[in-house]
Amino acid sequence: MGKLKRFSPLPGFGLTLGYTLFYLLLIVLIPLAAVAGKTFGMGWEAFWAAISNPRVVASYQLSFGASLLAAAVNVVFGLIFAWVLVRYRFPGKGLVDALVDLPFALPTAVAGIALATIYAPNGPIGSLLAPFGIEIAYTPNGVLLALVFIGLPFVVRTVQPVLADLEKEVEEAAAGLGASRWHTFLKIILPHVTPALLTGFAMAFARAVGEYGSVIFIAGNVPMVSEITPLMIITKLEQYDYQGATAIASVMLVISFVLLLVINGLQGWMQNRYTKGA
Amino acid sequence: MSIAIRNVSKKFGAFKALDDVSIDIPSGQLVALLGPSGCGKTTLLRIIAGLEYADRGQILLEGDDASDRHVRERQVGFVFQHYALFRHMTVFDNVAFGLRVRPRRHRPSEAEIRKRVSRLLDLVQLGWLADRYPSQLSGGQRQRIALARALAVEPKVLLLDEPFGALDAKVRKELRRWLRQLHDEIHVTSVFVTHDQEEALEVSDSVVLMNKGRVEQTGSPDAVYDHPATPFVASFLGSVNLFHGRVEDGHLHVGEHALALGDGHAPAEQAVGFVRPHEFDLLPAAANAGGLPARIARVIAIGPMAQVELTRVDGELIEVSVSRAIFDTLGLREGDHVSLRPRAIRVFHNDRLAA
Amino acid sequence: MSASIALQPGALERYETPSTCEPAWVRVVLITIALTFFAVFLLLPLGTVFAEALRKGWGTYLASLSSPDAWAAIRLTLLTAAIAVPLNLVFGVAAAWAIAKFEFPGKRLLITLIDLPFSVSPVISGLIYVLMFGAQGWFGPWLAEHDIRIIFAVPGIVLATIFVTFPFVARELIPLMEAQGAEEEEAAVVLGASGWQVFWHTTLPNIKWGLLYGVILCNARAMGEFGAVSVVSGHIRGKTNTMPLHVEILYNEYNYAAAFAVASLLALLAIVTLGLKTLVERQTRRQRQESIKASEIES
Repeated sequence: MGKLKRFSPLPGFGLTLGYTLFYLLLIVLIPLAAVAGKTFGMGWEAFWAAISNPRVVASYQLSFGASLLAAAVNVVFGLIFAWVLVRYRFPGKGLVDALVDLPFALPTAVAGIALATIYAPNGPIGSLLAPFGIEIAYTPNGVLLALVFIGLPFVVRTVQPVLADLEKEVEEAAAGLGASRWHTFLKIILPHVTPALLTGFAMAFARAVGEYGSVIFIAGNVPMVSEITPLMIITKLEQYDYQGATAIASVMLVISFVLLLVINGLQGWMQNRYTKGA
Repeated sequence: MSIAIRNVSKKFGAFKALDDVSIDIPSGQLVALLGPSGCGKTTLLRIIAGLEYADRGQILLEGDDASDRHVRERQVGFVFQHYALFRHMTVFDNVAFGLRVRPRRHRPSEAEIRKRVSRLLDLVQLGWLADRYPSQLSGGQRQRIALARALAVEPKVLLLDEPFGALDAKVRKELRRWLRQLHDEIHVTSVFVTHDQEEALEVSDSVVLMNKGRVEQTGSPDAVYDHPATPFVASFLGSVNLFHGRVEDGHLHVGEHALALGDGHAPAEQAVGFVRPHEFDLLPAAANAGGLPARIARVIAIGPMAQVELTRVDGELIEVSVSRAIFDTLGLREGDHVSLRPRAIRVFHNDRLAA
Repeated sequence: MSASIALQPGALERYETPSTCEPAWVRVVLITIALTFFAVFLLLPLGTVFAEALRKGWGTYLASLSSPDAWAAIRLTLLTAAIAVPLNLVFGVAAAWAIAKFEFPGKRLLITLIDLPFSVSPVISGLIYVLMFGAQGWFGPWLAEHDIRIIFAVPGIVLATIFVTFPFVARELIPLMEAQGAEEEEAAVVLGASGWQVFWHTTLPNIKWGLLYGVILCNARAMGEFGAVSVVSGHIRGKTNTMPLHVEILYNEYNYAAAFAVASLLALLAIVTLGLKTLVERQTRRQRQESIKASEIES
């Protein structure tokens, strides 16, 4: 290596960066480019026909609607979870803290069949709800329920450290100035955790939109009613309609990338917010 | 081993960290690189070590161009500002590291390594800590272990980055003296970086003053203190009072007052005189022996010296320090008018100031 | 994404003073809500898996697990993880080394690209390999000519698994190594250590817990992945079924006891994963506290 090229005494830059780029291209970028290639190759009309089919449109509505709703539910319960885990002592706290990550660790298929069994009309909870005419399994409600399950840790784990970092002095100052506890929560604590809540919301939403394993067992998969978009891709593939599958996948990919940018932006905001204060 | 730095420049993006720096460091000396933060001193130290590479210029070690030599082959010892001790290794293993990573044919036997490490730990007076981990040591102890680790490979040059920066004032003073003694024992060419002028002046054989990526002055501690070559050096070393005025027939004219200079001062329309606080004679105003009229604003008479703050007629502040004995005989109090006569003025013309 | 969140340190205890504490009834209500939600949403599904698995007794349970198809699924799952995890481990270490120890333009973009597989739906993660290597894919004709099967065969399953677990180790190591800086490595280089010696003696001991953490999560996902693998597997019993796919087939055949028996193994894996994860978190937290204590001595 020439003198001008050397910029660090540590070894291995060329090797490690080279390998990183090579592996990234091979495993991620080239295969993803295949979706773009296939999409551009199919022509606008075929593309539009595939993505605007009424059954597919119904699946967007379910996937996005249920994902938004599930993420909103997670924001509320995630905040409560993070709050009690950071601030209160209670029996079983260690267990709760460890098991909050269960939806990350439990294979989605296992979660799927367990939820389907529990909320089926003859299951332990399903049978309790059936007399009231509430059906969960095999309806859009089931989809929502599975997505709440899958998204919970995102909100809890983003909010928890932020809540723990909030200086107690700030709250004491608010109390000293005469604010009630509720007021302190609304005016001091909530604004502090808002970026984290939004990040958690966006992450839970992004995960829910693409989720497959935990949903399909409980969804019932009734056309126009309880089919999610990832299932539509599978259905097309099973019919050997690669074009159709690719068209729907490209729509989902674009949405995923937009969400990724949003999440990156939110995380940048969080970083600014929480490091400046420190 | 002597070190010669020839026309070294280094940029980080648009920022000029070093701008055509040349320094000669004779073998066996202990040299301080002194300057404010961001002046490029640490970058220069890292370039000497080979941890950073210069954009232009050369580093000569013992007369040989080492610019392209990898840090492993430069035979330097480097003590990092935060010590960079290996957290997961004991003190002993830290010090032994440099010997153990040698290729098998150059590696001393394990018995020889033990002997050398124990000797070094004794040298830094910490033999009893051999089995501890770095997290169990105090800052001063870590500093000395880092030094022992650097010396273990028998470097030809020892480089220290802000060696006392992270320590509290008392430990810092002790270690300073100790470093000086250690250097007198082992005599390895050493360069240390500091932003603390007291540290540089007290410990080193020679001081290199740096500012904004350039060398301002090089010389022995008393030479740079007594004969600053630039306004920067004059104001960076110790506190100083500034007098703006013009130079004419051997006097610095400040407003309507004239301060006598020695011979050989070329006339200048704009010049600045630098006077250190202890270089003033304080006279009662009645004596009217020339000098600058001023009024005593505040006196802090604690210990052997009296620190006197005065205001000039135009409202500017002057700091003067005189011995308590002299101050007490003058019988001056706050509010009194006095006359100030500088014993020494260093004058810089304004074109130098701009440079 | 999931990893970057799962990797946050767990709860930090706070000590509350009267002015920062809510009235008792509020605390009780909040804790009750959280515990109820916890019981219904997390404990109940976990318990259901084991209850359903053992519903027909241990005999059926063990018989379901020892059927040849179940064995084949277990073997394939272990094989897949044994290939995917080491590959992503090597990649993660290489990427973290390049990104954390050196400066170069485009670094942030590279980190975002490494994260990409987390934001792609598992189904699409499988689809992309079908589009590459399937019968109608880019390399399909060439592969058919040379009689190489990737899709609906083991290589496809491995590839899809590598894709979905791609970021885990890198995600964990990059922030860790960035925070640790390069001073210890520089010290080792000055002392004469070679490239490998620097890595083995200074870097690796400092990142071992983070590395373990990443590997644990990577492994859990590799063994449990369903959607991506489902697309490329072809569901050939005894040949291309991983454990999660085997669970699906049994469940769809209304063979619930057997389905839950295999599922219970995966649930055990999840519990072990969470246990190890908690242990590693404790370890790193203790380490961090030690270094904080150490820096307090210093100042």
